[in-house]
Amino acid sequence: MSGFTRHRRSQRVIANFTGFEADLLRSLASQLVELLRNESAVPREDQDPFEAMMDFSGPTSEPEDPVLARLFPTAYPGDEEAASEFRRFTEGALRDGKAAAACTIIDTLEEAGLPEQLAEDGLMIDVELDEPTAETWLRSFTDVRLALASRLGVEEDDDDYWLSLPDDDPRAQAHDIYAWVGYLQETLVDALSG
Amino acid sequence: MSAPSPVEVEPDTEKDLVPDEVTVLATPWVTIVWNDPVNLMSYVTYVFQKYFGYDKVKAEKLMMEVHEDGRSVVSTGSREEMERDVQAMHEYGLWATLSKSE
Repeated sequence: MSGFTRHRRSQRVIANFTGFEADLLRSLASQLVELLRNESAVPREDQDPFEAMMDFSGPTSEPEDPVLARLFPTAYPGDEEAASEFRRFTEGALRDGKAAAACTIIDTLEEAGLPEQLAEDGLMIDVELDEPTAETWLRSFTDVRLALASRLGVEEDDDDYWLSLPDDDPRAQAHDIYAWVGYLQETLVDALSG
Repeated sequence: MSAPSPVEVEPDTEKDLVPDEVTVLATPWVTIVWNDPVNLMSYVTYVFQKYFGYDKVKAEKLMMEVHEDGRSVVSTGSREEMERDVQAMHEYGLWATLSKSE
C-alpha cells in the first residue's frame, strides 16, 4: 500500500491496490451512491399528490440523515427562506455530481480488472488516472470520508480516543478504514499538486 | 433565434438611484469556509488554489485561518457569484456559507 504517485513520463496518476483494497474502495463508493439515491431529492410526503407530480424542483429542507446534512450544508445560516431557495436549485445537481463521482471510482476499478465477486488471492489492481479523473476520485474520497466521519462521530484531535479502542471493536475497524482513505487522499493531493 | 428589437436605452440611470440603493448595490457578499474535523489541510489548500486560482501562499494562509480561527472569508463579490462559489465548495465537500459582508 503506497498510495498514489504521478508517473513522470505519462503524467498520469497511478496506484496499485490489492484485490481486497480495491474491493473495499468499491464497496465504500457503492454505499455512497446508494445513500445519495436513497433518501432522494424528491418532494415531501405531506405534499398534495398532484402538486408533487408537478414539482420538478429540488428539496427545500435540510436532509434528516446527518451524512446528507453534512454533504449538503445549509448555505444561508439564519435565513431560512434563502436557504430553502438555494437548496431547491442546487441540491439535485450536487447529489447527481457526487453520485456520478463515486460511480467513476467503481467503473475505473472494474475496468482495471476488479471482478464482480472477489475470489482469487494475490490479485492486484493497477489504476491509471488522467488528471480530470484523478480530481473526481479526490472529490469522492472527501465525500466517503465525510460520510464515515459523520457515522463515527469523528471530532477534532480525537486520535487518542480511536487508538484506545480494542482492535476487535467494530468502530475501531471502521476508523481504520476512514484513516486509510485519508492516507490515500493525502497521497492523491500530493500527486496532483506535484 | 430572433434578433432583439431596438429599445430605447435610458442614459445615465445611475443618477436616478437614491443613496440607499447605491449602498445596497455596492454591499458585497462573502463566501465563508468553516473548519471541520475531516478535511485534510493539504486538500483544502488544493481546492482554494484549483477553484479560486489563488497562489499557494494565499491558499495556505486562508486554509490556516479556517483551521485556527474556525472560519475564513475566501471570496467576495455579488450574491450570485457567492452562490456559485458556495455551490462549488459543496461540490468539493467543504463546509461553506454565504452572507452579506459586514
